[in-house]
Amino acid sequence: MWRRIRQWGDPRELREIGTTPDYRFSLANERTYLAWLRTGLALMAGGLAAAQFLSAMPLPYLREAIAIALLLLGTVVVIRAVDRWARTERAMRLGEDLPVSRFPAILSVVIGLGGLLLVAAVVIQAVHVR
Amino acid sequence: MSGDNGFQSERTRLAWARTVLALTAVTALVLRITVTQGARGALLSGLALLGWAAVVALGRRRVAQLPAPMTDGRIVALTALVIVGYAILGVTLVLTGVGPTPP
Repeated sequence: MWRRIRQWGDPRELREIGTTPDYRFSLANERTYLAWLRTGLALMAGGLAAAQFLSAMPLPYLREAIAIALLLLGTVVVIRAVDRWARTERAMRLGEDLPVSRFPAILSVVIGLGGLLLVAAVVIQAVHVR
Repeated sequence: MSGDNGFQSERTRLAWARTVLALTAVTALVLRITVTQGARGALLSGLALLGWAAVVALGRRRVAQLPAPMTDGRIVALTALVIVGYAILGVTLVLTGVGPTPP
């Protein structure tokens, strides 16, 4: 992966391999990349909001932990977006199959579990207050 | 260009616009913390605004190339790099103490 990361900065490499694909596919790849950036930005916004707006946490540093976890998750999404864009572009130029990935499924499970934890926290708090 | 171009350029331009909009919201959340932090905060606010301006400039440059496909990986990498910079800035702010907003 690090070898590929170094290659991102070299625009010649992409133009020289294979043949230029239908521009529609290339633009779709670009929009998918941008959609992943927005996903990462949304996670980061969640982290920044948690840091500023959560109050009265039951455990010390829980607010900070939630904020940093979301910021790091957003970072992983954004870095992976670049890798994904480059690999897809390369596969299209070489006429290969598009790369497959477990990442979207894993991210869905992580976010789903986070949601369940939030539901549990709200329910426990409601019962506790009563 | 065939009739089946599906408004490709327009869709891509709008995707960039949405991304800049999302970044603007994140910038606002960062600035909300940094503007209260004195001299250090002023420096970090400046960095955040600089990053925002950089992505706006990259997006404008890219949109001007449409409908040509993006072959320059540097725009892709730089845009992501700025956003990762925001995350690093955010983690730094959280670690150095951001209290909840007083009611």
